[in-house]
Amino acid sequence: MTTALPAPPASPGSGALTASGKQPRQLDPGHERSDRYFFAGARAIGLSVLVVTGAIAVFLGYQGIPTLHHYGLHFLTTTQWDPEIDKIGIAAVLVGTIEVALVAMAVAFPLAVMFALFITDYAPRRLKSWLISAIDLMAAVPSIIYGLWGFFLLQPHAINLSRWLSQHFGWFPLFHVDTDPNAAVWQQSRYTSSAFIAGLAVSMMAIPLACAVIRAVFDQAPAGEREAAMALGATRWGVARKVVLPFGKGGIIGGSMLALGRALGETAAVLIIISPAYEIKPRILEAGTQTTSALIAGNFGSATKAQLTALLAAGFVLFLMTLAVNTVAATIIARSRSGAGTDI
Amino acid sequence: MARPKRLVRTHTFDDWMSAGGAVVGSLCFTLVVFEHLLDGSGTLGFLVSWFAAFLLLYAGLVALNNPRPIVTERLVSATLWTAAGVVVFALGSTIVYTFAKGWNAYSHLGFFIHSMAGIAPTAPLSQGGISHAIIGSVIEVGIAVIIAVPFGIGTAVYMSEVGGRFARPVRTVVEAMTALPEILAGLFVYVVLIVDVGLPKSGLAASIAMAVTMVPIIARAAEVALRVVPAGLREASLALGAAQWRTVWKVVLPSARAGLATATILGVARGVGETAVVLITSGASTFVEVNPTKNPMNSLPLFIYTSYATHEPTAITRAFGAASVLLTLVLVLFVATRLLSRDRKAR
Repeated sequence: MTTALPAPPASPGSGALTASGKQPRQLDPGHERSDRYFFAGARAIGLSVLVVTGAIAVFLGYQGIPTLHHYGLHFLTTTQWDPEIDKIGIAAVLVGTIEVALVAMAVAFPLAVMFALFITDYAPRRLKSWLISAIDLMAAVPSIIYGLWGFFLLQPHAINLSRWLSQHFGWFPLFHVDTDPNAAVWQQSRYTSSAFIAGLAVSMMAIPLACAVIRAVFDQAPAGEREAAMALGATRWGVARKVVLPFGKGGIIGGSMLALGRALGETAAVLIIISPAYEIKPRILEAGTQTTSALIAGNFGSATKAQLTALLAAGFVLFLMTLAVNTVAATIIARSRSGAGTDI
Repeated sequence: MARPKRLVRTHTFDDWMSAGGAVVGSLCFTLVVFEHLLDGSGTLGFLVSWFAAFLLLYAGLVALNNPRPIVTERLVSATLWTAAGVVVFALGSTIVYTFAKGWNAYSHLGFFIHSMAGIAPTAPLSQGGISHAIIGSVIEVGIAVIIAVPFGIGTAVYMSEVGGRFARPVRTVVEAMTALPEILAGLFVYVVLIVDVGLPKSGLAASIAMAVTMVPIIARAAEVALRVVPAGLREASLALGAAQWRTVWKVVLPSARAGLATATILGVARGVGETAVVLITSGASTFVEVNPTKNPMNSLPLFIYTSYATHEPTAITRAFGAASVLLTLVLVLFVATRLLSRDRKAR
């Protein structure tokens, strides 16, 4: 295709190169008109992406104003979501959102960091490209499939772990379950559909996101420093601890925050696993919780106009959370990579 | 007599034996103790305690004739291998389990030919199918791609070829938007187009919402593809007198073709699996619908969710059948991406 390069344009600039007489030759002929159109077009597309994001934010925020008028600040402190008696609030939902996301990150963070370190420093060379593919594939699997997996395959096993935790660490509010864990016939249904199990399923989406970023940063750890550490007799763990991990700190934080942003907004998997419960409870192992995105997905259809704006307001709060988390993450990642070459 | 060559980075017999011995020993130990101490925490609990016992035993064995740094190294190595195994096992079990549970549904050929029109969720698996969901998914993703690709690649061109004052904020926003909750894109389109403008729940609405979530993904991947085009190519083109847009159009974009295709496929893979978006905007039909503007249109993720929500065993099997089809689509797209990027490396 490059053979079809056109002849150079006849007049670069508006005749600036044909300077005559005493006029000093103009060195910057400016851009051609076609280029100016091109720049304007590209800029328009870039800005439109900015505008659409801005529009979503402004729109959600604007629509939320009537909600605050109608329900007042109680909207933020009420735990129930009872459209029938018009008592609506997002306190419990926000707590549930954060609980699920934190459970997901508690599982995903160590696994993602360890997997990334394994890929860059420990895996046999032949395995390496396969493992990278596995992580990419894991990111491509739709979340609803992780939801089915979590509900049908993982849950029957995970509730045993939940029960064991509540038996031995039930004194700790997080692991308490309102039932007798030591009963001979234990109530399995008290342990299903909990924030814990939803978090486990969500972690399947958080792991690849975090791991991909962290691995890319680990890969850029300066080869010279690695080799220097090895030449001084460091073990692989020594290299990892003194060179790779300090170098990749920004990537670890940034990648995990990107994954956290994803975990906060995850819908399908959570919707499949949890059973809705509108109360603030720290008991993550117990059945029933609710997250913002699952709330929206479950209630938008039957919502009246006022409740729809309430859902939008809830969405706005979620948007603010993910936007803050993601912006910080993007900034940290950009900084950690600055000066380094391009990846991929 | 020459001294035997020193082996570098090779595991000795002792290493293998201590690792193997620790595995077997901790397994036996856990088998004996587990019933008494950790009764009833299930398979998961068993595996966790086995791993803990293994680490302790392995540390002890290695410490017998190695210095501390080596012990740490071995423990870290064992932990990392286990972590990698856990992740790969989780992914593998997801794929295998989905295909296994869906087998009874998609082993009937009619599953791909028929739709669910007039068929109850409880009907036997030999009746009905998901052709309406497959067709709906293809149409919705197709429209979304037509919208998202020009915007995505255009944004990438702006960020990497044009630049300017807004390039930085655009890049930051694009990166942040990759994790914009899909449900919010869906809700935005639902309220603006369906509630306010009065469009019916339709495939088009779903496509637009899908495009909103696809643009940042395509833009990010495409920007990376454009950045790796050697600067020399651009400079050669400019030096020959080509205008910048010609350079982009005839040199940069063709050179980055494979990367741009990869970016598009990544976007498609994301779009085809979007559940929250279609749940809110498209409405679930049971029949084949090819007009994206008028009637509700089903799609694979939506079919999976609505079938699951009935809690009927046959419907759930159908959901797994549809999930298998969806997973196959994603796998095919994934392999296509791999082949394309390999092609790029080879050249």
